[in-house]
Amino acid sequence: MNGFTAIIRRELKLAMRQGSDAAIALMFFVLVVALFPLGVGPEPGILERISGGVVWIGALLAAMLSLDRLFQADHEDGALDLLVMAPWPLEALVLAKCLAHWMVTGLPIMLISPLLGLLLHMNTDAYLTLLAAMALGTPVLSLIGAVGASLVLGARRAGVLVSLLVLPLTVPVLIFGVSAVEAAAIGQDAGPHLMLLGALLLAAIPLCPWAAAAALRQAVT
Amino acid sequence: MENARKSVFDGAAVSCVRGARWVFAGLDFTLSSGDALVLVGPNGSGKSSLLRLMAGLSAPSSGKILWDGADIGADRQSHGARAHYVGHATGVKPALTTAEDLTFWSTFRLRDDPDAERRALEHFGLTERASFPVRFLSSGQKRRLALARLLAAPAPLWLLDEPTVGLDVAGQSALESAIAEHRDGGGIVVLASHVAVALGGSEREIDLADYRASHADDAGDIWSEFGA
Repeated sequence: MNGFTAIIRRELKLAMRQGSDAAIALMFFVLVVALFPLGVGPEPGILERISGGVVWIGALLAAMLSLDRLFQADHEDGALDLLVMAPWPLEALVLAKCLAHWMVTGLPIMLISPLLGLLLHMNTDAYLTLLAAMALGTPVLSLIGAVGASLVLGARRAGVLVSLLVLPLTVPVLIFGVSAVEAAAIGQDAGPHLMLLGALLLAAIPLCPWAAAAALRQAVT
Repeated sequence: MENARKSVFDGAAVSCVRGARWVFAGLDFTLSSGDALVLVGPNGSGKSSLLRLMAGLSAPSSGKILWDGADIGADRQSHGARAHYVGHATGVKPALTTAEDLTFWSTFRLRDDPDAERRALEHFGLTERASFPVRFLSSGQKRRLALARLLAAPAPLWLLDEPTVGLDVAGQSALESAIAEHRDGGGIVVLASHVAVALGGSEREIDLADYRASHADDAGDIWSEFGA
């Protein structure tokens, strides 16, 4: 599909040239997680126990940082009007936007997460599971985030508002993401938790673009 | 656009309510291939609102807008494919180059013809700026870039909202010749402008102020719904 890849190429180009958004999210993620050993104390037992939760919460917060810009820039400069007048489904456009957002923020977060696990003495057996859980969970954050980002268009302090809207909805991702990592760390089967994360992703792929597209149509009237 | 079949774009009893206020009501128009319509009226009379209705971005509060007899709201994708809308905000991205921005829109509109893009840039005098980042363009050049989309991805219906803002004399004449050529090819142009734009032939005019006064009394009903 021509339009779909055109959107992704454009978003990646913009992200690379304006770099800061993605870099800020990643640095925020590293900083938040690095603060925990300083705050909680360096005892390996405690850090190891909470490592899964800390990494996941850091990832959730970092993913929120760049969400408000997902549609806002296009809304402000008039490009959103033209995007809504697309000769192809608006839902596919939203999906392309989400995919590009994930490639710019979710993917780097996922790739760096084992490194941060190391910082927290995470059991080495859990690294692969952490990567798998992040691979399934971070796209859900971008998808749910798109719904929030499209709803707050035109609002003041949209960045804070979008976090307030989206964070509660990401609780299932947090729960199953953390339990997958913890199960792997104590040598149990992480499969069921990963499958539930996969189910969340499969549900979010059709539902979130549909909801976000409806909100975008409303935003341009 | 190239086919000989005549397209008809018309609206029947179109009304628009914004912010619980009647902007205009009972507006009719009929345009067929090659026609041009100029929207005039004072600020706030609803020229931009009408263009956005015609673009399918918002739905009329009452009445219908039809293309070849089919409601444009029923199939938004087809209408999106046949309509070009150039509004106040140009939608160009400062971080892209001139050529990249244009290529994106023509690919996005599913017409990837590098030669059409080249000709569009040339027509609006942007060839030398093709590899410039858009952030270094003047506002008039950004406007030219927005207008170049009209030529890079042909579509039968052009909806232009104050397209001459920021354009110099050469830019305006480039726009005028593009419009004339578009109409020769069977295209339809609807334009809202405060300055005179030569449209290369006869044109119709709608003064939106005419559609306001007769319905001003109705505004009370709308306000009463809000308890005012």
